[in-house]
Amino acid sequence: MTTIAELPPGFADKVLSAQSTFRSVMDAMARPGSVQRIVPMAGAPAAMMRGAAAIALTLFDHDTPLWLDARMAESAELVKWLKFHTGAPVVQDTSIASFALISDGAALPPLERFALGTNEYPDRSTTLILQVDRLDSGRSFELRGPGIDGVATLQGSIKPFDLFERLRFNEALFPRGIDLVLVADDAVVAIPRTTRVASKGS
Amino acid sequence: MNAPAYNFAYLDEQTKRMIRRAILKAIAIPGYQVPFASREMPMPYGWGTGGVQVTAAILGLDDVLKVIDQGSDDTTNAISIRKFFAKTAGVATTTSTHDATVIQTRHRIPEAELNANQVLVYQVPIPEPLRFLEPRETETRRMHALAEYGLMHVKLYEDIARFGHIATAYAYPVKVNARYVMDPSPTPKFDNPKMDNCAALQLFGAGREKRIYAIPPYTQVVSLDFEDHPFEPYRFNAPCALCGAENSYLDEIVTDDKGGRMFVCSDTDYCEGRQAAGHHGSLSAAPYKEKAGSHG
Repeated sequence: MTTIAELPPGFADKVLSAQSTFRSVMDAMARPGSVQRIVPMAGAPAAMMRGAAAIALTLFDHDTPLWLDARMAESAELVKWLKFHTGAPVVQDTSIASFALISDGAALPPLERFALGTNEYPDRSTTLILQVDRLDSGRSFELRGPGIDGVATLQGSIKPFDLFERLRFNEALFPRGIDLVLVADDAVVAIPRTTRVASKGS
Repeated sequence: MNAPAYNFAYLDEQTKRMIRRAILKAIAIPGYQVPFASREMPMPYGWGTGGVQVTAAILGLDDVLKVIDQGSDDTTNAISIRKFFAKTAGVATTTSTHDATVIQTRHRIPEAELNANQVLVYQVPIPEPLRFLEPRETETRRMHALAEYGLMHVKLYEDIARFGHIATAYAYPVKVNARYVMDPSPTPKFDNPKMDNCAALQLFGAGREKRIYAIPPYTQVVSLDFEDHPFEPYRFNAPCALCGAENSYLDEIVTDDKGGRMFVCSDTDYCEGRQAAGHHGSLSAAPYKEKAGSHG
C-alpha cells in the first residue's frame, strides 16, 4: 500500500513548470513533426515517462476524463499519482475521454473508439498521449499540413507500426478527428488531425 | 506581504489549464472557434479581455511582451495591458516588433515580418463571421459544420450590387486551410495577406463571446472574393507624412477645422524605426533641422 508521502512528487514549481511544459506542447502542436523538449521538473511514476508525467500535470484536472491503457491502469502507484496530483477522473469508456495515456502502443485500441468530436463541436475529441521508444532515430516519415513549411521529416521508433496508416482516417473525418502527442522520455512531437504523414521512400 | 498577491500572470492555474486545452484544440482545428469558460478580468469587456486571457495562459518568464492598439504602442489600451503583465507576471516588455516573443494586438498586424519564435495574440470583439447575417448560434454552428458559407458570398455580392465593389474594409472574412470561414478580428483588410503562410503562430481570444481560435504557422489563409472581383487590400494613396513609407497602412489624422489632414503610419514602431534609419516624410520634425543645417 503506497501512502501519499511515498508518491513521486509533482512539479517543484507548479506555475512556471506548467507554463514551460505547455509552451513545449503548444509549439509541438503548432509545428507538427518538430521535436520539442520538456524540461522535466516533476517526479514520475515508474510506468510513465518524464515528458508524459509533465504533460499530465500541465493539462489534466477534474474537467478532463482520462483513459489509461491496461499497462498503465494496472499500476496502482501510477493511478494514485495521477489522482493525487491532477484529480482527473479515470474512465473505462474511451469515447468520453478528453485524454488517453498509452504506454503500450502495440495494444492501442482502434482509434474510432475514442471521442472524435462532432461536426458542430470537433474540439470535443480525445487527445492521445502515446509513449514511444525514440523520437530521434528510426523510421523516417514525411509530414505535410498546417504548421509545416513545405515538408517536415520525423524520425522515430514508434509502435504500433501502422500508427500513421490508422491515423489517415483523420483526413476523411475532418473537422472531426484525433490529435496525437508522441512522447519519448523528455521529447515531444505532436501530430494534430490536419497533418498528413507518409513513410519516407514509400 | 501587504499588497494583494496575484498568481503569475493574474489567472489561477485551473483557468490557465482550461484555456491551454482550448488553445491546443484551436491549433489542431485551424479557424474553428473553440468555446472556453472566459473569466471576468480586471478590465471591461471590449478592452481585450479575450486576448489578455490567451496571453496570460501562454506567457512565461523568458517572454518579451509587446502590446499594440491599432498599430500603436502608446495608446491607453496598449499601455494598460503592457503594464498589467509587467506587474502581474514581471515579464520584460518592449515596443519593438523584432524583439518581442509575444505580441498582443488590437486591430492591426505589425508591418515588420513576423518570425517563427513569435506568437501573435489578437483581441477579438465578435469572433463569428456569420453573426451579422445569422444571429442564432445554433444556426451559425450548423453552417460551420456543413461548411455552408453561401450566405457570406451573398453578402459580398450584395456589396458589389450596391456599391460596385466589395465594401467591407475591415474584419474582412477569410477562409483558413480551405475549410473554416473565419473573422480575422477588425483588422483592416490591408493586413489580410499577412495572415497567409505566416511564420508565427496566430491566436485569437474573444472574452465576452467566450471563443478561442487559431491559425497555425504556414497555413493557407485566403480572403473571400470573386473571380471578376478579386480581393484587393486598401490603403490611402499617400506616403506617410512622418517617415515617407509608401507601403505601410496609414491613419488619417485631421489637423485643423479647415479640412487639413495628414496621413501617418498606424504602426508606430515601424514608423519610428524608419525615421531613425533616416527616412523622412513631408511633415516630420527631424528633417526640418537637417534641412536648415544643409541650407545654411
